[in-house]
Amino acid sequence: MVEKYSIRTEDLDLHYDAFKALSNVNIQIPEKTITAFIGPSGCGKTTLLKCFNRMNDLIANCRITGKIYVRDIDIHSDIDVNALRRDVGMVFQKPNVFPMSVRDNVTFGPITHGVKKKSDLDKIVYESLHNAGLWNEVKDRLNKSALGLSGGQQQRLCIARALAVSPDILLMDEPTSALDPISSGKIEDLCDELKSRYTIVIVTHNMQQAIRISDYTAFFLLGEMLEFGETEEVFSNPKNKKCENYITGRFG
Amino acid sequence: MYKNKLDEELSKLHSDLIRLGSMSEDAINLSIKALLECNIEIANNVIENDKVVNKLTAVVESEALKILLRRQPVANDLRVITGALKIVSNIERIADQAQDICSIVLNLSETDYLGKLSKISTMADISKRMVNLSIDSFVKQDLKLAHQVIEMDNDVDELFLQIKNNMVKLIIENSDSADIAIYLMMVAKYFEKIGDHAENIAEWVVFEHTGARKNIRLL
Repeated sequence: MVEKYSIRTEDLDLHYDAFKALSNVNIQIPEKTITAFIGPSGCGKTTLLKCFNRMNDLIANCRITGKIYVRDIDIHSDIDVNALRRDVGMVFQKPNVFPMSVRDNVTFGPITHGVKKKSDLDKIVYESLHNAGLWNEVKDRLNKSALGLSGGQQQRLCIARALAVSPDILLMDEPTSALDPISSGKIEDLCDELKSRYTIVIVTHNMQQAIRISDYTAFFLLGEMLEFGETEEVFSNPKNKKCENYITGRFG
Repeated sequence: MYKNKLDEELSKLHSDLIRLGSMSEDAINLSIKALLECNIEIANNVIENDKVVNKLTAVVESEALKILLRRQPVANDLRVITGALKIVSNIERIADQAQDICSIVLNLSETDYLGKLSKISTMADISKRMVNLSIDSFVKQDLKLAHQVIEMDNDVDELFLQIKNNMVKLIIENSDSADIAIYLMMVAKYFEKIGDHAENIAEWVVFEHTGARKNIRLL
């Protein structure tokens, strides 16, 4: 069977002014899998993640060379960046709900992308919240402020908001680092359920989380990807000595 | 919650271990039948079937190691996984020794060894019962049964000494039977080892509940 890749990079370099943040990254992320990015702070994990939906475009001194393909389309060719960001959703470290109702948080994206009919929006609200495992907890308070939700609920609302615009790929930047173990467990379970429909890339500092939920793991150090492989293989028999030292807690 | 996944994985491990235990019970039952009836066909089947036991052993070991890798189990879960890894080795060794007994049956098949078995048949019965009870104690997580198995090992050890003396006597009285005596001595030793493995299984069942083995607290 020929493996399909949701994201591919070729000889990707990224500079912030003179500082080289990513160096010669060649990665292929299979579709409908969870890939974990691990490595010490400042190694380039989040920088690479933000390349996939061109969030780095917003940084003035950022320069990218090499190729990034999302579903075989060169994302630096003449494409609609808004459409790219719809297809490649993102969830951040800290829940960043909008100061509006739960419902409005979910419908914000679809409305921006032109969905107007109330029945369509109602369906999106139900499906997104349901798929984010939040529906039962918020169905009676859809019109109340999202700021009243717990941290874990807010993070799942952010995931629902990302799902509301029907993406193919979800990028998650340390989505559980600000959450307690119970809320983290719910997000991990959610990732496991979502991977049948979405390709998920998750940045995490929690090695056990990477082992528990991901199919593939990439290890980064000083902007280079030093190891990439099936998670069980990376964590039981890493090929790269620096990767082994990092995952066993010997440095980093 | 990932806790539920851990429970699912532990449950799968438990049922695979039970399946393996039942296969080794079959192996020892059949090896005794092959020995007492000098049945070459059964002996060959036991030897052939050991490959299946080894395969399932690898599956169980892999499951246990993956749980350790993925879930970092603690408390009772850690004892269960540790116990499972120890128990699986003992179960596999029981099947290996059943295979070894069958190899000796093949070597002895042209001789008149059946009349010289001494108390091997009794020893085989007790060690078979020890295996059955030890697997049962694991399946039912029954500490009373486990302690019963541990007590029984003395009987097997005692029988082994008696058989050893009988075999020495056989060699002295009839040097033509020396070959048979040595083979039967090895069979007795295998049954004695099978008893030890059953005792080990029972001890690890106790460990899973108490964190102690042979009254020494390990965890």
